[in-house]
Amino acid sequence: MKSLGSIRRDFAPWNDPNAKPYIQFDNVTKKFGDFTAVNNLSLTIFEREFFALLGASGCGKSTLLRMLAGFEEPTAGRILLDGQDLRGIPPYRRPVNMMFQSYALFPHMTVENNIAFGLKQEGMPKPDIEKRVAEMLKLVKLEQFAKRKPHQLSGGQRQRVALARSVAKRPKVLLLDEPLGALDKKLREETQFELMDLQQELGLTFVVVTHDQEEAMTMADRIAIMDKGEVMQVATPAEVYEAPASRFVAHFVGNVNMFEGKVAERSANTTRITGATGAQIVVDNAADTSKGADIVFAIRPEKIKVSSKKPADAVNALEGEVYDVAYLGDMTVYHIKLDDGQIVRASALNAARVTEDPLTWNDRAWVSFRPDAGVVLAR
Amino acid sequence: MSNIAVADAAAPSAAAKPFLTRLGAGFVNRLVIIVPYLWLLFFFLIPFVIVFKISLSQTAIAMPPYTPVLDFSNGVSGFFARFRDLNFDNYIWLTQDALYFKAYITSLIIAAISTVLTLLVGYPIAYGMARAPATIRPTLLMLVILPFWTSFLIRVYAWIGILKPEGLLNQLLLSLHIINQPLVILNTYTAIFIGIVYSYLPFMVLPLYSSLEKMDYSLIEAAKDLGCPPTAAFWKITFPLSLPGVIAGCLLVFIPAVGEFVIPDLLGGSSTLMIGKTLWNEFFANRDWPVSSAVAVILLLLLTVPIMLFQQAQAKAQEQGK
Amino acid sequence: MNASWSRFNVTSIVLGFAFLYLPIVLLIVFSFNESKLVTVWGGFSTKWYVSLFHNQGLMDATWVTARVGVISATVATVLGTLAALTLTRYTRFRGRVLFSGMVFAPLVMPEVITGLSLLLLFVAVGLDRGFFTVTLAHITLTMCFVAVVVQSRLVSFDRSLEEAAMDLGATPAKTFFQITLPVILPAIVSGWMLAFTLSLDDLVIASFTSGPGATTLPMKIYSQVRLGVTPEINAACTILIAVVAVGVIIASIANKRREVQRQLDEQAAQRG
Repeated sequence: MKSLGSIRRDFAPWNDPNAKPYIQFDNVTKKFGDFTAVNNLSLTIFEREFFALLGASGCGKSTLLRMLAGFEEPTAGRILLDGQDLRGIPPYRRPVNMMFQSYALFPHMTVENNIAFGLKQEGMPKPDIEKRVAEMLKLVKLEQFAKRKPHQLSGGQRQRVALARSVAKRPKVLLLDEPLGALDKKLREETQFELMDLQQELGLTFVVVTHDQEEAMTMADRIAIMDKGEVMQVATPAEVYEAPASRFVAHFVGNVNMFEGKVAERSANTTRITGATGAQIVVDNAADTSKGADIVFAIRPEKIKVSSKKPADAVNALEGEVYDVAYLGDMTVYHIKLDDGQIVRASALNAARVTEDPLTWNDRAWVSFRPDAGVVLAR
Repeated sequence: MSNIAVADAAAPSAAAKPFLTRLGAGFVNRLVIIVPYLWLLFFFLIPFVIVFKISLSQTAIAMPPYTPVLDFSNGVSGFFARFRDLNFDNYIWLTQDALYFKAYITSLIIAAISTVLTLLVGYPIAYGMARAPATIRPTLLMLVILPFWTSFLIRVYAWIGILKPEGLLNQLLLSLHIINQPLVILNTYTAIFIGIVYSYLPFMVLPLYSSLEKMDYSLIEAAKDLGCPPTAAFWKITFPLSLPGVIAGCLLVFIPAVGEFVIPDLLGGSSTLMIGKTLWNEFFANRDWPVSSAVAVILLLLLTVPIMLFQQAQAKAQEQGK
Repeated sequence: MNASWSRFNVTSIVLGFAFLYLPIVLLIVFSFNESKLVTVWGGFSTKWYVSLFHNQGLMDATWVTARVGVISATVATVLGTLAALTLTRYTRFRGRVLFSGMVFAPLVMPEVITGLSLLLLFVAVGLDRGFFTVTLAHITLTMCFVAVVVQSRLVSFDRSLEEAAMDLGATPAKTFFQITLPVILPAIVSGWMLAFTLSLDDLVIASFTSGPGATTLPMKIYSQVRLGVTPEINAACTILIAVVAVGVIIASIANKRREVQRQLDEQAAQRG
């Protein structure tokens, strides 16, 4: 069986019809005046899931998070947490904590007091607070910074204080608003893994908002891709990438080539597509296409092979010439201009140090791919 | 960027509202608004209504020295019966006596000229500060603000000793043989100009500085790069971009200068005429409260447009701050 | 930047500051003049300061002014802070335009108008003019300045700090007192200082609203100035200037130190 499942093989409650949803958005709409930030959205998140809301700025993902935290009330619809309707519950009574994009560390308090703040509000006895704060400092490896104030910390350290502060109360759900947005690239990659480890260790449910697809793909069990206040697709990272539900999703995540065309013929296992410019493509059967339907065939650049001669055994092979070549170190990206005018992007892993007779500008070239290399999408 | 900002831009009030409804469950919330609101209504707005009311009443030799009108002490019918007592005598009086008309006009002219002079003196200072090395800018800023903290009265007083016929300026000029006769400056309009420019200079420099300092210097470099000589670059780039500061500074100087009392009184002497001084004299010397109220009402009307402009500029600055 | 700090700029700054400070310096210098004539130097002396302290009227006025200043600045700071909160946080309520108008207008309103109108109010409601009425008048004037100072701090206040506090379980009231207030405290303190100096400084409004027995220092100085310039007034002014200048300079040095320390801390944090 081919799989597009979760990386965590034993964790997939969304496939289990009996699994109880932990967070539920039921037809939630949020309007700010005339502007609809979230539009009739439904979504379920499961306990211990690492869930990512991915989208461009203004897509409604932060509003969704803020409604869960209690900073905004839905205009319509309801939000359930562990079966309880959250409507009317103020943020300071919700068993949910948030890590802010700006970190929102209290500038007049030490690291210690920042972390203890939520515990003090709970009325936790002092020795317990001290113990928990020490535990949290150890967790984020900031033991020696306890007495410092936020401005005496580096960006990465501040991020870890914010994290420690938001998990100190052991919330049922941790909300993270662009948690790595303010960090530089290298630190961000390290921290991604730290966050994943932390989530495993504490056994919490994480809901993270991000505009960075790589970040979402790396960390999340499932990703909800949002646009204009609606969810376009909810799926595991692999599904989102390999089986995007729409042109929007295919474009949003990674690079993609799109061939517009019509279904020319359907046989037992394969579908033949005639491209708008005449190219013939044969693909594995897509479930919901019928003959004559207008479709788009989407294929990722790394699934396309580039060669100087026509590969003998290729089902799909189209001829053109090299339009652009970019050498990126680990791989080389080709832009091939097909004879029908369409430009195809293909990438090849540079597995060998030296390539004999590499393709270069204006060389004739063939692109080829397998019938199961792409997906057929409605237009 | 998250979409919070977008939401805020779409409807700032909608975003703030849920927070408000929670902050202190309504009552405390309303208290925050109501206390300063009522205070200002009672101590700022209602007094103007009273001024207007008294400007319509008769002078009387009594304490308080006027016959009240629009008084509710006789019930509503008494209130309306009193309507015929209303009279605009005080306003008619103001139009008949050329002194008042002249005082208003002179005040407006003096304030306008002083505002231009303050701008001319203040702009180079603000410009120089904005172009100063970033390390000394805060110090310069403090040096501009410092005189503002010291007493206005004292700063005006200091000029008396300088401008007097036997004062320090004349002593200096005489000893340098630049002049043979002491200059008469004190008790002239020149002294008033000097006093206003001096006293209000920080009000001009601060807004100018803040708009000039914000300006990206690479704009000037770009203009020069595109073939614009420095003087032209100043007039085509720097000055237009500093206009908000110019307007704010001019309003901050002009409006209070029109009604200024201390400067014309101490430096202008008895021969100069300004409306603030006239009002003061009507009130304290002639004890004519209705006429001084009428003077105030007309002064306020004259200043309505500039004051509204000022408020708009303030509101705009507040928006931009966000 | 440096390249453009030309001779012109330096000259205009030097001349500008000379203009601003020379009169004050001269006033201070001549307060130490032996001669009774203010403008003729007759040798160094501190005798005018001595006589100042024997001037009972001046001492009384100083005491009145100080009390008015402290009380009015304190009340004005509370009211002004509330007004600033209203202006920045409550974007929609009935009469908001009127409210912001009433906050900004006193900043530029000619003092003779404000003074006259307040006096007529006090007469209308039958309040005897004196210490109490001056204080009320000063509160009204200075709360608007406090509001502007605090408001400009609130505008740049990061609202997510409050959200974070509430998210961590703090009620709105706790959030205000534990987070908002401490963070904007420096602005509130400078608002208080501004209110205090404005009250200390005011002649016109005090003249209108004060009554017998509540003569403030500026009123006293003004009545003496009208009689002529004397070294004794110079001495009184010098003391006033010194008090305010020392206060302001200490405050700004403390501020500067904090700022420098902060920058050093931040640099250190970036390195390690």
